[in-house]
Amino acid sequence: MTDNVQSVGLPDERPPANTVGPIAWLRKNLFNSWYNAILTILVLGLLASAIPPFMNWLLFRAHGFDATSTVCRQDAGGACWGFISEKLRFIMFGMFPWEQQWRPLVTIAVFIALLVASCDRRFWKPWFGLVWAAGLALVAVLMWGGVFGLTYVENTLWGGLPLTIILSVIGLAVAFPVSILLALGRRSNMPAVKVLCVTYIELIRGVPLISLLFMASVMLPLFLPNGVSIDKLLRAQIAFIMFAAAYMAEAIRGGLQAIPKGQYEAADGLGLGYWQKMRKIILPQALAVAIPPLVNTFISFFKDTSLVIIIGLYDLLGTAKAALSDPSWRGFYREAYLFIGVIYWIFCFSMSKYSQKLERDLNRGHRR
Amino acid sequence: MSQAMSQAAKPKHALSGEEIIRCTGVNKWYGEFHVLKNINLSVQKGERIVVCGPSGSGKSTMIRCLNRLEEHQKGTIVIDGIELTNNLKNIELVRREVGMVFQHFNLFPHLTVLENCTLAPIWVRKMPKAEAEERAMSYLKRVRIAEQAKKYPGQLSGGQQQRVAIARSLCMSPKVMLFDEPTSALDPEMVKEVLDVMIGLAEDGMTMLCVTHEMGFAKSVADRVIFMDRGEIVEQDTPDAFFSNPKSDRTRLFLSQILNH
Repeated sequence: MTDNVQSVGLPDERPPANTVGPIAWLRKNLFNSWYNAILTILVLGLLASAIPPFMNWLLFRAHGFDATSTVCRQDAGGACWGFISEKLRFIMFGMFPWEQQWRPLVTIAVFIALLVASCDRRFWKPWFGLVWAAGLALVAVLMWGGVFGLTYVENTLWGGLPLTIILSVIGLAVAFPVSILLALGRRSNMPAVKVLCVTYIELIRGVPLISLLFMASVMLPLFLPNGVSIDKLLRAQIAFIMFAAAYMAEAIRGGLQAIPKGQYEAADGLGLGYWQKMRKIILPQALAVAIPPLVNTFISFFKDTSLVIIIGLYDLLGTAKAALSDPSWRGFYREAYLFIGVIYWIFCFSMSKYSQKLERDLNRGHRR
Repeated sequence: MSQAMSQAAKPKHALSGEEIIRCTGVNKWYGEFHVLKNINLSVQKGERIVVCGPSGSGKSTMIRCLNRLEEHQKGTIVIDGIELTNNLKNIELVRREVGMVFQHFNLFPHLTVLENCTLAPIWVRKMPKAEAEERAMSYLKRVRIAEQAKKYPGQLSGGQQQRVAIARSLCMSPKVMLFDEPTSALDPEMVKEVLDVMIGLAEDGMTMLCVTHEMGFAKSVADRVIFMDRGEIVEQDTPDAFFSNPKSDRTRLFLSQILNH
């Protein structure tokens, strides 16, 4: 009998010394087998040979923000940040009239403020739609002008970061509700609705975005009656919305498929109507499941706005390219692309980080 | 026939004699497979019915037809004076009056226990939020789980979840409660807490149809036991008569299988 009873009150002991601490971490993570050790050494060697020259170019041998292009050309061993300071306003705002460029700057600030505020779930209320409407109205006034003593600026002069943000934010904001309807339609019991949605999604997904943009800019005018013309920016915006909606619809459909049948039955059993059931029970769960693929779509569409360059709109990438065509600054493309790359990265990385936080928040306590 | 029978065999409590469910010649097929064969059933207000039978006998399908989670293809089902057809309006009207408790609870995982209970009263019955919450709390008390109201379903045990599911249905003040194997997915030690809640409901005079294998429950609270096999109602009787003196061979076989293990 006593053999089966453990003696009680054993003291806590420290773990063996070779299982904790930095040495143990190195051994476990970097040198836990001979091929991982080789890989670690190879990667370290690669980093050692790549980082110093890059840092030299980026910082130590670089020319500061006050450098002129002649100085930079004499010593080409480092980056020429003078290019960025010289072309900053053109890259950011494109051909917007120089003395009016505070307007696109405020536009960017308004968008960022709206986006940051939208990240807070306390604002996920119907009234916040009005805040967005007011914000977008303010943006329209700022960008177009023509009222309140602001000079009128044609939207062919818009460019740079505001154009990128307008195309992507408005595009995704309009595409999102459309994509929900498409996803629901694709799973509908009504054959006509279903066929319509499936056809739309498969047609749009089956063509490249570039061809859709070309169609919007070249072919669409052919179908319009004489004298009627739709603004080029608006056409690009519509093409984006159509494309984004089809992709997001598939992401959301994936979320819908993850919801067990019992949830539908429980909602039905309580007497909820179709839209109540979707809004209160199914979509909140489906969208939470669909966050990773949705954010994937958001990020790729934010970057895909750069394709509008092919129909002659100057988004952030377009203005950077245009800045490089200045004869006195020709050739500084590394600086230009690195600079806009960092801007794109900040936006995309923020989206990614926020989506991870949102996923954690939505899952907390809800699931087993 | 059922009326005559349940009165002849001394009901455990006085029935109103008012009919709330009538199924006449109900048939259903899954593709070629004939799941429900000529089901005739009449249920009175306040009657407690246990439906049993081997798996695949159509008992779940039958009670799921009563709130149109399944569609029947032939025959008529009338619930509280409303016939179930393709008419969506009628279906929603019936579903308001018919509560359903599922084998796998089907609570809404993204809502708290309290929100699970107030959702339908607020959105379907258009009840003010404060009133819905007050009612929800009183029903949660009744199923003895009020202290968990702010938790999410995923934080509760199976038995607790099933009690919340019962409270959620009761919040709609249904005239009939359907139970589809409510204890089959539970760990054995949790079966009793759910059965106790169901017994309490039965004592309060709720009209109940329970698909269950809990024969103890059938013996103690049912007014009538219905035995189904291969899509048809084979036999129905008071629990005393059903268990002591089954009339058909199929019933005897079934009873011997579930009672002598």
